[in-house]
Amino acid sequence: MSIVDTPQAVRSGITPREWRNLSISAAGFIVVGFVPLVFGGYALQLTISIAMYTALATSWLLFSGPTNYIALSTAAFFGIGMYTVAGGIDLLPYPVLIAAAGVAGAALAAVVGLATLRVSGVYFVIFSLGLAELVRQIMTWLQHVLGTMSGLYVTVDRSEPIYFWQLLLLTAVVYLVGWWIGRSRLGFALRIIGNDELVAVHCGINTARAKVILFIISSAFASIAGALVAPRWGYVEPVVAFSPFVSFQVVIMALLGGTHRLWGPVLGVIPFVLLWELISIEFPNQTTLLLGVCFLLIVYVIPNGLVGLIEDVWHRRAKAGGAAPGALQRMLDASAGSMKNMLQRGKSRNA
Amino acid sequence: MPDAAMDALSADAVTKRFGGLVAVENMSFHLAEKEVLGLIGPNGSGKTTMMNLISGALKPSSGEIRLYGDAIAGIGASRVAHKGVARTFQLVRMLPAMTVLENVAAGGVFGHARRWGKELEDYAHGLLRRVGLPNAGGAMVSALTYIDQKRVELARALASDPKILLLDEWLAGLNPTELKIGITLIEKLRTEGCTIIIVEHVMHAIRSLCDRCIVMNSGAKIAEGTPAEVLADHEVIRAYLGTADA
Repeated sequence: MSIVDTPQAVRSGITPREWRNLSISAAGFIVVGFVPLVFGGYALQLTISIAMYTALATSWLLFSGPTNYIALSTAAFFGIGMYTVAGGIDLLPYPVLIAAAGVAGAALAAVVGLATLRVSGVYFVIFSLGLAELVRQIMTWLQHVLGTMSGLYVTVDRSEPIYFWQLLLLTAVVYLVGWWIGRSRLGFALRIIGNDELVAVHCGINTARAKVILFIISSAFASIAGALVAPRWGYVEPVVAFSPFVSFQVVIMALLGGTHRLWGPVLGVIPFVLLWELISIEFPNQTTLLLGVCFLLIVYVIPNGLVGLIEDVWHRRAKAGGAAPGALQRMLDASAGSMKNMLQRGKSRNA
Repeated sequence: MPDAAMDALSADAVTKRFGGLVAVENMSFHLAEKEVLGLIGPNGSGKTTMMNLISGALKPSSGEIRLYGDAIAGIGASRVAHKGVARTFQLVRMLPAMTVLENVAAGGVFGHARRWGKELEDYAHGLLRRVGLPNAGGAMVSALTYIDQKRVELARALASDPKILLLDEWLAGLNPTELKIGITLIEKLRTEGCTIIIVEHVMHAIRSLCDRCIVMNSGAKIAEGTPAEVLADHEVIRAYLGTADA
């Protein structure tokens, strides 16, 4: 974590500085809103991709940033959102389906969270990855039982700029919610949990509840993102909707940008989407390999992400040997710690 | 038990087993309001387990623990904290990525006291003054010395306005000068009327701080009384030093 300019979580009331930052952010979003009027065609497609991954990676950060849990479940919720729209498009109006997608994602997250966030750590990482696969298999089976098609068609008439503006609005909401959580008691509780869960418990924090609430919020946003892009894809099938690539890309982008600032992920999303575009065109058969290489490079070369680099330069605090542990290192430590707890618990039970 | 409601804390036949190992066996004791109780005994005698049972980190295998008559055994650490039990840890536990002020404030938001905003900030600053760190609020905890980290941990425990404060070897690892500071600090809390349970190996601290002592050995209570009484007890000396012909 940054040792500079730690947000004062214990303050209430919006300070002048916060008003200033809020105004700058709002202005920034409005400026970005003009992008579709300037760009068209291929460039616009890329910016839509960037907007989508910014929403996904930032909402991933809402949960995984403060708790240090690596969630690989983005695809599960993203796919649920897509399928909510694809399955209901003939029955309900599209805006209702977007809300329904959020509710469906939240409900799934609540069930999954209550079941897995108590055991914590490395078990959660593996379960979150398995979840997307599980939901994918269920969907495939359901489609097999209900009909003969392997996918569903989604026909909603939307132009490319509309997709962009919808995703931009979602991103703005994610930022606003993230900012609000960061200054709330919930955010403070999560930072304490991320620092030392045992201390958190003895401070009176119901750690399971705090984590579940955050997981629900984060997952609902991923589902809404899925609902927003479903018509753009036109044809939704399990292999694509629940692709583990989405989950891994989101984590890599967030780590590349930096996970200790809300505006970290977007700094990772922009270069990575462009890089990925290049990789997909130049090396279409080596994407999985290159995804792994990117992951390793990011973790080893810039453990604190681009935000960490920027802050290092900005504050000139590059002290020899005093480097803070990287984001992934912290997360792995958290996993290892919880695994140790599990082992100890198991031992005392077996003794 | 008509007297139970009068006690700040009472333990009634508390036993904790880890599989076949009995870490705490049939412990019964009580603690009056504003009393400072010392819990002493050789290593492995079950003192820390007893503290963990009171603070809710562990659930007793049998028996009941009451806080002002309210059953708290096995309800979970966060709920015990809500009811007004605060603790420090045997090995100091800081929130490394937070400032000193935030470390202290962490204790005062979610537990027995639920402050927020300006009130919390002022209260945390007041506590830092109280433990002797008036100007450290903005520093990172990693920059503090060991005794100062201990002070921060104490302030965090106090931030919840606890009914009972559990100090688990809070004086361990301090050098002689720091030890003097530490003892003075706890003495101050005592005169301010805090109800405290102290687990400690530093005997002269026990003598000067505690109204009463309970001595544990192999999970069971072997003596109880004033520090002078228990430290002269034959059984206690044997537990610590072994028999004369050993």
